Formats: sequence, C-alpha cells, structure tokens
Amino acid sequence: MTTQYLGKIGSSVLGVVLAGMCLGNVAKAGDLIVYTAVEPEELTGFAKAFEATNPDIKIKWVRDSTGIMTAKLLAEGKNTRADIIWGLAATSLLLLKDAGILEPYAPKGVEKLDKLFVDGDSPPSWVGQRAWIASICVNTVEAKAKNLPIPKSWADLTKPVYKGHIVMPNPASSGTGFLDVSSWLQMWGEEKAWKFMDDLHKNIGVYTHSGSKPCKMAGKGEFPIGVSFAYKGAQLKAKGAPVLTVAPTEGVGWDLESFALVKGAKNAAAAKKFADWSVTRETNVIYNQAYAVVAYPGVAKPVKFFPADLSKKMIKNDFLWAAKNRKRILAEWKKRYDSKSLPKKK
Amino acid sequence: MTALDQPRSLIPGPLSTLQRIRNLGTESWIMLAGIVSLCAALLALLVMPLYSLLSKAVEDDKGAFVGLANFQEYFSSAGLVQSIGNSLTIAGLTMVIACVLAFIFAYGITRSCMPFKRTFRALATIPILAPSLLPAISLIYLLGNQGMIKGLLFGETIYGPIGIMIGMIFYIFPHVLMIMVTALSTTDARLYEAAEVLGAGPVRIFFTVTIPGAIYGIVSAAVIAFTLTITDFGVPKVIGGQYNVLATDIYKQVIGQQNFSMGAVVGLVLLLPAMFSFVIDRHVKKKQVALLSARAVPYHPKPHKVRDRALLAFCVLMSLFLIGILGTAAFASLVTFWPYDLSLTLAHYDFDAVDPNGWSSFYNSLKMASFTAVVGVVVIFLGAYFVEKGRGFGRLRSGFHMLAMLPMAVPGLVLGLAYIFFFSRPENPLSVMYSTMTILVLCTIVHFYTVSHLTMLTALKQIDKEFESVSASLKVPFYKTMLRVHVPICLPTISEVMMYLFVNAMTTVSAVVFIYSPDTKLAAISVLNMDDVGDTAEASAMAMIIVLTSVTAKLLHGLIMKSFTARHSAWRQRTG
Repeated sequence: MTTQYLGKIGSSVLGVVLAGMCLGNVAKAGDLIVYTAVEPEELTGFAKAFEATNPDIKIKWVRDSTGIMTAKLLAEGKNTRADIIWGLAATSLLLLKDAGILEPYAPKGVEKLDKLFVDGDSPPSWVGQRAWIASICVNTVEAKAKNLPIPKSWADLTKPVYKGHIVMPNPASSGTGFLDVSSWLQMWGEEKAWKFMDDLHKNIGVYTHSGSKPCKMAGKGEFPIGVSFAYKGAQLKAKGAPVLTVAPTEGVGWDLESFALVKGAKNAAAAKKFADWSVTRETNVIYNQAYAVVAYPGVAKPVKFFPADLSKKMIKNDFLWAAKNRKRILAEWKKRYDSKSLPKKK
Repeated sequence: MTALDQPRSLIPGPLSTLQRIRNLGTESWIMLAGIVSLCAALLALLVMPLYSLLSKAVEDDKGAFVGLANFQEYFSSAGLVQSIGNSLTIAGLTMVIACVLAFIFAYGITRSCMPFKRTFRALATIPILAPSLLPAISLIYLLGNQGMIKGLLFGETIYGPIGIMIGMIFYIFPHVLMIMVTALSTTDARLYEAAEVLGAGPVRIFFTVTIPGAIYGIVSAAVIAFTLTITDFGVPKVIGGQYNVLATDIYKQVIGQQNFSMGAVVGLVLLLPAMFSFVIDRHVKKKQVALLSARAVPYHPKPHKVRDRALLAFCVLMSLFLIGILGTAAFASLVTFWPYDLSLTLAHYDFDAVDPNGWSSFYNSLKMASFTAVVGVVVIFLGAYFVEKGRGFGRLRSGFHMLAMLPMAVPGLVLGLAYIFFFSRPENPLSVMYSTMTILVLCTIVHFYTVSHLTMLTALKQIDKEFESVSASLKVPFYKTMLRVHVPICLPTISEVMMYLFVNAMTTVSAVVFIYSPDTKLAAISVLNMDDVGDTAEASAMAMIIVLTSVTAKLLHGLIMKSFTARHSAWRQRTG
C-alpha cells in the first residue's frame, strides 16, 4: 500500500527535477565564451546585435569587474576557458600580452580605426573599442540638503566638508578605481598623488567592489558623491536620478575597453568573427550609445548628460607605464588603505 | 553515537579478512559495496579536497613547496591578522546577543502561557528561507545613510561591525532558537515541584533549576551561533564596509586577487575556530544525553500574568524585527527609485535587463536544489541505514559515520576553496566535473551532510531492531526490508531532510561562489553580483524570489505531509 504512494511521490519528484532540467540552459560546444568587464546591463544588447548577424554562434558572458577579470585571466593562464577577452581595460590586456596569453589577430577592417586605439604590433595583440572616462557623480538633492558645495576638482574632494560623504571604487577590483589612481600618479607624480589619496581616504565612506556602484550610491543619495565614470552618471541622470556628472578641472583618467583573442581558444573561428564584428562601423555606433569616445573615427556623437568638455580633459595616458606599475601601485594602495579596518564615523 | 552492536571478536584481523570475504553471501556483498562506495564518495568529495587545500597552503603560485612561508607572509601582514581579531569580536558579541534573545524567545515558547506560541515559532523560521545577503541589503535600506529609521543609530554608520552584527543576529536566530527550544523543553517537572516544596522563589528556581537544566543546550546554541557567524560571508560582504573579517578576506584573496595560496592559508585559519566549536559541541551533546532520565515528567507552565505579558511583548518585538527585515527587502524590490520615487513597480524583477544571466540563474538554482534534495536524500538515507541497521563491517561503518560528521566542521567557503584546488587539476580524472552542475550538487550535499545524516540516524534509531531479526530469520534480504519497512516509516524524516537540503541549496552562497561557471550561475550568486555593481533593488528582488521559492516548497511539503500522515500513519498515534 505504502509503496504505491512512494512510487507516486517518487515520480512527482522526478517530474519536478525533469522540469527543472528543461528550464535550465545547457552549454553547447558551439558557445563562444567571452570574458568581459563591460557593465552587465549592456551585455544582453551586444549579444543580441552580434547573434542577429551570426545566428550560429551563441555568446556566453563571464562578467566581473576589471581587476577580478585580470586576476582571473592571469591565474588561469593558458588553461583559461575564454575564447576571447572583450571589453577589458587596455592596461590589463598589456599585462596579459606579456604573460603570453593573447593571440595576435588583425580583425577585418581594423585599419579603419584610429591608430591610437590599436596595439602597435602587427598583427595587433589587442584592439581598443571605446574609452571610458573618470568622472565624479554628485547627488544635487543631497548636496543641497547637506550644504555641500558641488566639487569642481579632485583637490576639492579632500576638503573636510565632504568627510564621510564620498565613495570610490577599490582599485584592486575595479578598473575605474585603478584608472583614477593611475591618472593621479601620472598627473602629479608619486609624492603628491599619494598625499592626495591620504587626504581623500579621510573623507571616504566606503570603497566599493565595482566602478559603477559609487555612482549608483550617489544616485540614491546613500553617499552623495561617487568617484565613478561618466557613462554611469549620464545614464542615471537619464533615468531621472538627481545626478550631476562632474569632470574635475585637473584632468580625468581614462582607459580603453579593448578586446583580444586568446591563444589555443577552443572556439577560435567564432572568436575571430566576433572580433571582426567588433570593429565595424555599426558596432561602433552601438558603442557610442553609452560612451562618447569610440575607436571608429567620425562615428561619435555627443552623449546626453555627459560633461561637455570631458574629452578635452582626458589626460595623456601612458598605458605601458600603468601596466608595468600596476602591481606595485595596487600593493601600495592596499597597504595604505585596505587594511584600515575601523569604519570611519560620519 | 553509533549503535554498533558488533562484538569485538568479529572484527576481522588481516588474515581472516580474505576468508571472510570468500564466505560472504550476496546480501553482504551488496552491503559491503554500498558502504565502500559511500566511504569512497566522502573521501573523494571531502577528505581529498581538504588535503589539496592543506598542500596548497604550503605551496607558492607555481606549485613549488615553500614550507610555512605563506603562513609567515600571512602573519606579517597587519591587515590580514587584524581580521582574526575582527572576526572573533564580531562572532563573540553576536553569539552573546543572539543567545540571550533566543533564550528569552524560547523561554516564552516553552515556559509561559502566552498566546500565539505556534505563530511565533513559525515566524522565527523566516531567516532560514533567505540568503544571508538579504538582511544586509535590508539593513542598508533601514539604517543606511538614506535609511528609513537611521536615527536609531545616533550617527553611527551601519557599514561596519554594527551592520554585520545585526545582520548576523537575523540570519542565525532560527538556528540558535531551535536548540534553545529543545533545551528548555526537555526538562523534568519533578525538579520544579521539589524546588517549590523546599520553598525556593522563582528567581532562585530559575538560576538553580532552569539554567543548569538547559546549560548544555545553551552551550550548544552558543557554539552554533559562533561558528555560523565567523564562517558567514554574505552579511559582511554587503554591509561590512572597510571592516575586514576572515570570511571576506578569503573571498578577496581568491576571487579579487586570485592569490590561491594565501586564500588557502586564510581558509585554514578559518577552519580552526570551526573545528574547535565542533569538538566542544560533540562533547556537550554526549553529556546532554546522559543527563536525561527516563522517568522525567514533562513540565507544564502555569499562567503568570506579568511574566506571560512581558514574554509576549518580547516575542512580538522580536517577530517584528524578523518580519521587518524581510518586509524591507520586499519593499526595496518594488520601489521604483529609492528614495526619490516611491511608486511601486515590478521592473526590478526583469533580471535579464541588468544581468546577462538574468532569470537563468534562478532556473539553475531550482535545478541544483532539486537535484541536491533528491540525490542527497537517497545517499544520506543509505548512509544512515548502513551505519544504524547494517550487519557486520563494524569498522567500516563507524569509519563512515566519522566521515559523515566531518562536514559540520568545515565552513562552506573552505569547502568551496578546497574544491577548486582538487577538481581544477587537469591530472585529476574527476576534473571533468569541474564547472558543471554535478559538482555544485555534490558540493552542496557534502556541505549539508552532517545535519541530514544525524536527523536520519535519529529516525532510524526509533525503529525496533526486531524488524531486522525477523526478516533475517525469514530470509528476506535487507534491502527488501529496508524498502518495505524502514523507508515508509521514515518518510516524514525523509521529506524533512529533502526540504532542508532544498532550502539550503537555494540560499547558500559560501561554497558555490568559488565553483560556479557561466552556465551554472545560481540565484544567490546573482544577488551577490548585482549588489556588487550597485543594483541593490534587483539584488533584493532576486533574494525575494529565493524566499518565495523556499516558502512555496515548504507549503507544498506541509500540505503533502499533512494529507499523507492523515491517511497512512494512523498507527503513529497509538504508539506515542
């Protein structure tokens, strides 16, 4: 008698499991595994656009912040599952090039791109897609409520009035955080830059994992000022958040979202198709929807809510220097600021 | 405690083993094969990965042996060592506060005549249904810089130890309460009668009868509270700010810097307090059993207006806290743009818009949890059956039982880390499982093995040994008796264990965060990732989906069990 019911329960459980299996998606051999640091909400759109012209290829995104992706790729080395690295900082790709992980490849039509965006070697190891540029996101409503003046420069951020009101990304995990630190060091030299960061540290509420989170926190007023990048601030403003995107007067750091093929990739053919697609004019038009500076000349139109003079304030960025010194800079940063564990009072 | 009734003389020596194996019947072969394969499974899925972790801690990045150099580096890094102090402080304080709160709550449920006891008990299980990231996210909405009731903090920040502690108290409350309730239920009313007759006042009775009677339970609850707090990673990850603890250090070392050797070292440091608590707990549990006398009379509280009202008020407040945290997460997931646009929307549940894995991570979780429940319960039942009801192979059986106790002492983060080291090595034939759903299921079963094993063992212990003797003399093979007698009788427990595995598999982050792949990303990990990029509303929404799934599973389970017991277990009523 009981065994009947056992059978029934058993079969219904099995039913649930089978239903679950059908619901989950199963990885196929033809999937293109793409390691990326691009903002997650943009990825679905890129995949759709690419898959529309290449219906036989399905993109599988592996996404994390720049620092994490870089560390992951360095650790995985030649055993990485990635077929292509796409939308990662050029500084990081330089490190990976040195580690011998990248497969040089000249995508069809790469010669049409601005030379500054492409690796100097021929064929190039990496190709830049678009620049992302540091900015400060300020919540105008909260700034008013708390009587905070709108900061105009990096130096402003160290004023005592902002104590506990600023968030910035941790440069060890976030690419945006790293390009900030790297730009300060390049603009002002080691001594002045570290002194600035010491002062800034006193005003920081929390350091975040990702580069977009400071701006999102500023948008909600959780912390009124977020050191982030321009796209995020403009996007939040477009969504109705009281966010003003400020380009500091001293100049702003930036890096190139770039792609590179991986040596010994399982799906090299599909990776090349994706690379070819990534340098087309059409794709650059998509890049421009969010970012003001893209690799294909003549495509870029001004992006709404971007600081007007932003591209003029981009510093002369030495990627080679940044890549070479990355490890040292991060170690120094962690020593100074990461281990300070007591939370700062407001 | 295993009920291994194997006479010493039957334990085979090396010479007689061959002979014995030759004399084995089919039935014994099946049993031997069963026990051996279960032992092999736990060795491969627990012991060997832990060994890989140990050896990784004494290797450098390239895999060369470096002795204790990594430990030296660890202990010379001020920041990392400070985390030990931070972790101990947080775990210690949380333990004390959670135990006091849970004790009073449990006292209300077991020792008072206040109304709604069952409701309070049910409400107290809320936190089990949610990933530990949920209370942390809710606390930001409640007590963050834009928090609804941030005035309660008097200018202190929620990002740090305060936030971690409040979040942890929410998260561990049901676990601590369960033990407290058991401790306070198993008392002997005769002691109270004697104390009253001897003229002791209520305060004196409380300190000389109540507390000593429950002391082992209290210690056990404290140990659980401490271990859960020190090993959890979800709460400090979200709300810890710059306050580093061991659990977040492991994550930072491994995920953030891919410094696996240092991750292994921190993992071992975290393993120590967990192992230590485990030993204390085992010790205490043994004593507790000896304390209970067979002639004990159940205690029935008498009404006492002031006490009952005070306890009722406390339980109401505590329940409000639990409901409040959950309610805040629900609210956060529905508000259009906190705190400027408070209109309600379901837009944040459109996960595909903010994350390429979107809803698929939820389906992955559903799949993973179902597999874990079904495969897990079969394995765990067989394991417990062999330990409790098996015949012969005494050493193997008690060996397996000891293996089955080990997962309790291994924090999820450490287990997950050990899995990376063991399964990612190309020379390991088991590495084909790496980055598959299978490894997530197996890891989760191992992670939650001990509690399930013990629960199953208790159920099997209650079944009279006569069944085996009778079926043996009737020459019915053990597996037939098992399927016809033990499985049906244990059905309520079997479904309990399935439920436990399902809900834990839905909510867990710690072990799986190291071993998921792009195809097998889970819902709870999505919560973590979405919070990391600042999509807090979407993170709350995904956490709520997990809660809703757990609740649905619980309700379904309750309904099925109710109709089942009503129709098929009439005999249970008479035996009790």
